[in-house]
Amino acid sequence: MSDHNEHHHHEETFISKYVFSTDHKMIAKQFLITAMVMGVIAILMSVFFRMQLAWPAEGYPILETFLGKWAPDGVMDPNIYLALVTIHGTIMVFFVLTGGLSGTFFNLLIPLQIGARDMASGFLNMLSYWFFFVSSVVMVISLFVTSGPAAAGWTIYPPLSALPQAMPGSGLGMTLWLVSMSLFIVSALLGGLNYIVTILNLRTEGMSMTRMPLTMWAFLVTAILGVLSFPVLLSAALLLIFDRGFGTAFYLSDIMIQGEMLTQTGGSPILFQHLFWFLGHPEVYIVLLPALGITSEVVSTSSRKPIFGYRAMVGSILAIGFLSFIVWGHHMFMTGMNPFLGSVFTFTTLLIAIPSAVKVFNYLTTLWKGNIQFTPAMLFSIGLVSTFISGGLTGLILGDSALDINVHDTYFVVAHFHIVMGLSAIFGMFAGIYHWFPKMYGKMMNKNLGYVHFWLTFISAYGVFYPMHFIGLAGVPRRYYSNTAFPMFDGLVEINELVTVFAILGAVAQIFFFFNFFYSIYRGKDAPQNPWRSNTLEWTTPTHDRIHGNWPGEIPSVHRWAYDYSKPGADEDFISQVVPLKDGEEEH
Amino acid sequence: MTTFLNFLIIVLTIIGIVQIVRIIEIAAKLKGPQDKITTDQDNRYNALAMLIVGLGFTAFVAYSFKLWGHLVLPDPVSVHGEGIKMLWDTTMILILVTFFITQTLLFVFAYKYRGREGNTALFQTHNNKLELLWTSVPAFVLTGLILFGLSTWNKTMVPDTTNAKVMEVYAQQFNWTARYAGDDNQLGKAHYTLIGGINTLGVDERDTLSHDDVVVREIHLVKDQQVLMKFRSQDVIHSAYLPHFNVQMNCVPGMSTQFAFTPTKTTKEMREDPEMIERMKFINEARAKKGEEAVEFDYVLLCNKICGSAHYNMQIKVIVETQEEFDVWMAEQDTFKTLVSAQ
Repeated sequence: MSDHNEHHHHEETFISKYVFSTDHKMIAKQFLITAMVMGVIAILMSVFFRMQLAWPAEGYPILETFLGKWAPDGVMDPNIYLALVTIHGTIMVFFVLTGGLSGTFFNLLIPLQIGARDMASGFLNMLSYWFFFVSSVVMVISLFVTSGPAAAGWTIYPPLSALPQAMPGSGLGMTLWLVSMSLFIVSALLGGLNYIVTILNLRTEGMSMTRMPLTMWAFLVTAILGVLSFPVLLSAALLLIFDRGFGTAFYLSDIMIQGEMLTQTGGSPILFQHLFWFLGHPEVYIVLLPALGITSEVVSTSSRKPIFGYRAMVGSILAIGFLSFIVWGHHMFMTGMNPFLGSVFTFTTLLIAIPSAVKVFNYLTTLWKGNIQFTPAMLFSIGLVSTFISGGLTGLILGDSALDINVHDTYFVVAHFHIVMGLSAIFGMFAGIYHWFPKMYGKMMNKNLGYVHFWLTFISAYGVFYPMHFIGLAGVPRRYYSNTAFPMFDGLVEINELVTVFAILGAVAQIFFFFNFFYSIYRGKDAPQNPWRSNTLEWTTPTHDRIHGNWPGEIPSVHRWAYDYSKPGADEDFISQVVPLKDGEEEH
Repeated sequence: MTTFLNFLIIVLTIIGIVQIVRIIEIAAKLKGPQDKITTDQDNRYNALAMLIVGLGFTAFVAYSFKLWGHLVLPDPVSVHGEGIKMLWDTTMILILVTFFITQTLLFVFAYKYRGREGNTALFQTHNNKLELLWTSVPAFVLTGLILFGLSTWNKTMVPDTTNAKVMEVYAQQFNWTARYAGDDNQLGKAHYTLIGGINTLGVDERDTLSHDDVVVREIHLVKDQQVLMKFRSQDVIHSAYLPHFNVQMNCVPGMSTQFAFTPTKTTKEMREDPEMIERMKFINEARAKKGEEAVEFDYVLLCNKICGSAHYNMQIKVIVETQEEFDVWMAEQDTFKTLVSAQ
């Protein structure tokens, strides 16, 4: 890849530059903007269903404006409640935290941080985005069908999702969900293969695997997880499509529904759960690892200190990646599976606590005796470490099959996964956006708005999800349209209102972010070439002439790892990776 | 009109923010050019906020157990539940100790090592001893936790059921039915194709074991008598969740699942428990606010797997009583044979 970039001299049209672009930097922005649009939809949905939970049966004109016939007189219908939680989950997990997080930062950073002109295949990369785009469009269209969008929960367990008689959402809405997800998986696979190939083959001279920034390690492992697990979800979805449309019985057996006796026998709904969670659990780490990778980079840069225990960090990423494939059964402890199998999954699940603990301790030690620069990105990274601890610890309860019995599928689970994977991942994503915005747009985001955004978000995030632990320990199941049917839940009115108030506050806080983002694109201060005084390669490319090919001249070669911050004997508190070792200087 | 006003508010808010940002930026320009990443002032304020908000949250977590502790389910009232409670308490102590130590370190470090002009960070890349320590300590603790957990799990899920009374809990959108095995303690066969008319569970009347079965819409359990609950579902996956007993099992169409447990407190004893009286007082106060009548404590079995529009109201009452009370109640019920013959 040392030849000069041939694209640079091409006449670029609007279409080839902004629409069907093969430049990884443009594709990253396309992913980001699409995910932001999807994210707004999902946030709005969560505000709506939180309103229903706090003040059930009260009419809100705004609900009728948005939900129409699903909220006559502003009172939400149970079916649309289930649809909202389903689509909220689907969008957040797949479109925002997988497509948005991976799509944006893998595309932006992989070529820039390893020193490549672009992805191994720019064309596949472009396809990956457009599959993602079409998949998003299909998902949004599904919100407008007469029978409502998919409503069986984001895990779409059959038979509920397989039988249109079971609920309105299992009609056309479910079909569109499956179509959308199939397209999404294609996008994830095209992207994933490209990421792996690029990282393994296109590293610049001197960029050995052990000199790669931790972002690259996290992204590489994430991409491998995706490529190995997404096809399984695709097969699960295909079998479900057959069961829904062609009378097969992969997941169906002995069913009488709404007075209709079905002829399918011999299938097993549990098979679907195995296939689903074989993706579903690695998916948790597909969401989380990139956020941890971004955080490693930001924490080190902003502490002006090398990341502590680089090798241990790489080791724990690999360990988490490996273990994530053999723990899926902990989502199914209560399905009636053999108790021995439950024991095995408990064992493997609790093991994940070890590499996770190592990561946390290493982050803490990186802060220790640092010179911490509180950029908005750094605030979100510290927020991530906090939520990763809080949410990770409750995993010790849910991963322990005996303890899981009484909290399985309750709000305790909702609290756990929102904190450990939802908040951590979204904090990582925000950290990434604030940190690499100058690289994307050549402008700085407004620092003070970033501070306001972080503090409001951080406080409301815990305000929403911490009390949910208690709601769960009170025995409230998730996906309940209302708690009013059980006297035992009547004492939870106030705590539910508290959660909703914080949810609304958290949603409003995002206005600061969206405003800051779009305002800064046009009116932000011009970014210096290396605004965070960072060591990694992306900051050696020109800020304003962001060409397809990244470096106008030769690709620089790399002489050191990415973490030489505050190295004794250096003139400044950072040494770019392209700077050769001085005579007698030891490589970290 | 309202739409217009809402729109106006949004527009004005945006304009407001734009103006504030401009003022901040102009003010920043007046201070002269900055090439620093953050100013000492930024670092000081944010570090202080870290300390206050972070430690505030950590302290709130400690306080929350006092504030919201009464909302949590009472101690489990089943034999295996007592074992789970011990495991729970042990795990919670570990979690909370780790939580308080790590969160405090995080926020204190963030505050203490805030960036200051002229400061230099320590160049420190790794420390094998330290890293070995914090790999092996969690590994050691987790080994204990895993062993404790697995032994509790096996005691719970694979108990000796030779003296258990057998019954079935049957799920369908959106209600539960119970079937008792009768004097022979064996449930008659059932198949979904036999569902029809009064035979809502598809019980096979040609199977003589079914003749003394009793089908009811209320679950009665005997105190200190182990019950082996078998679960079936007619349509989609449901989950039978008995929160007070630490019992949960999915009901899967085409499959039979089970859970054996022994209740240790009757409904009456629960109602007389001083702690429960306090709880019910709290609940009835909340109900009075909504204009609903006061209720007495009852055990309940509820659905805990999304199953459709009325999932949130799929429940069946559970009563735990003495053997004598149970026998009186059971004697009043028709057997399956009488039921179908009368048809």
